[in-house]
Amino acid sequence: MEGTDQEKIISALKEKFEGEILHAEMLYDFLTITLKKDQIISIIRHLYDHPDTQFQYLTTLCGIHYPDVNQIAVMYQLHSLQKNYRIRLKIYLPVESPVTPTLTTIFPAANWLERETFDFFGVIFEGHPNLKRILNVEDMIIFPLRKEYPLEDQTREDKNDTMFGR
Amino acid sequence: MEAKHEFTDQLPPEEKQYSYLNLGPTHPATHGIFQNVLKMDGEIIVEAEPTIGYIHRAFEKLAERRPFYQITPLTDRMNYCSSPINNMGWHMTVEKLLNIELPKRVQYIRIVIMELSRIADHIICNTIIGQDTGATTGFLYLFQMRERIYEIFEEICGARLTTNIGRIGGMERNIPKRAWEKIDAFMVDFPPALQEFTNLLERNRIFMDRTINCGSISAERALAYSFSGPNLRAAGVDYDVRVMTPYSSYEEFDFIIPVGTNGDTYDRFMVRQSEMWESMKIIRQALEKIKKEPAHIYKADVPEFVLPPKEEVYNNMEALIYQFKIVMGETDVPKGEVYHCVEGGNGELGFYLISDGGRTPFRLHFRRPCFIYYQAYPEMIKGSMLSDAILTMSSMNVIAGELDA
Repeated sequence: MEGTDQEKIISALKEKFEGEILHAEMLYDFLTITLKKDQIISIIRHLYDHPDTQFQYLTTLCGIHYPDVNQIAVMYQLHSLQKNYRIRLKIYLPVESPVTPTLTTIFPAANWLERETFDFFGVIFEGHPNLKRILNVEDMIIFPLRKEYPLEDQTREDKNDTMFGR
Repeated sequence: MEAKHEFTDQLPPEEKQYSYLNLGPTHPATHGIFQNVLKMDGEIIVEAEPTIGYIHRAFEKLAERRPFYQITPLTDRMNYCSSPINNMGWHMTVEKLLNIELPKRVQYIRIVIMELSRIADHIICNTIIGQDTGATTGFLYLFQMRERIYEIFEEICGARLTTNIGRIGGMERNIPKRAWEKIDAFMVDFPPALQEFTNLLERNRIFMDRTINCGSISAERALAYSFSGPNLRAAGVDYDVRVMTPYSSYEEFDFIIPVGTNGDTYDRFMVRQSEMWESMKIIRQALEKIKKEPAHIYKADVPEFVLPPKEEVYNNMEALIYQFKIVMGETDVPKGEVYHCVEGGNGELGFYLISDGGRTPFRLHFRRPCFIYYQAYPEMIKGSMLSDAILTMSSMNVIAGELDA
């Protein structure tokens, strides 16, 4: 992605959502923009419609748990097939109440991706048509990809992780 | 025969008698563990509710505990019909994080292997479509060729299905002479076999009647559902990762992206057929290019990240140190976020990796193409017959391992 493309995207964003941008940088070949959480859906709608950006393809979305700052990030990756740009948007939600509006109103593809994020991180997508667990069993009570849940049973004594553990 | 049926009886919906049918979880015609609860009006599907996750193995969580080179075997088990593409997609992701530039010969070798496995993947999918329409012959004919591809993989890495092929920074060893011979023999023998299969099905009236207009989706809906790979191209969108964001020197190759028009089962079948011919073209060009490169190079010269060959570990102090450092996680990995995508057997396969400088990823997310497009399945089979639903599923190339991660 060339420099001018980035500027176009950021200026297209700033037209309406100047105050929403917290941080924008290039991470390898990806323009990554961190945004305030409140207006994320209208921002994506704006990027979808804007003639300079046309981000009309949802590549993926997923959650990331940052235990140090006690936040869960939701990452949206959009692709403009017309102009062949890719962009990554990130919002941060507090772990205590990770609630954000659903993206299914714009992309039907977000349906299962949001269910997966709910399943593994407990992020609640408001307005989602069918928000229930998708890959794990329905009576599970934890959100397994959060960092406080270790991969292995911690009561085991036959494994010593001092050398190979994280 | 029309694939979509009108409701012929005159009863209002609330008085109709619907029956519920469990298609799966283990049904021989679904080729994997998929459950669909179907609401049926006679033989016509009114609603479908897919349940997935039967073979969920928590790869994203497992990956947070494994060093980078140990994640490769996990990727094998996602789309197990084209494991080498997954392996190499993962290797390229890590190489992007570590800023490793690969020698041209290694990139071409990767292209040969990836295109071979794309052919293997498409062979499975297309012959299974034939199988589901009742034409077992093509399945038997072409599976011999898939066996030949697996023999090539066996020569290169020792494994057949879950290959664990290559390493971060190149290949684990140089390609042996026998493998080159087998590739050359395959290049001679495959076109007539594929042509034979083509003659059996492509213009076969029974097959065409059975597949045209079966499980079709428009380009707009396919894009809204984030389709990718042959399924999207069958709907008429020419999106191919190999062309849009070239990796591993795909930009140097001359090939076309076949597209369909209706997005139905027949178009998906035809797109895969044409892609096999295109893959052959790419392999032929890559083999020519490999001949011009120095024959001893099979990995990048970055000893801090590439595991040395075992004989050197035992005889060479430097190699021993590097082996120890890599395995114990003593090498410095940069912090950062990378996304890398490759054109997998059934779509855009992406790896989103966050590294915090530790020996394992902080977070690894797989963009699994069939997880994303399988959610359009209820919409695609609504109003069609049960037997068309089976055919639609097999033509979408949904792989249970990739779906459930």
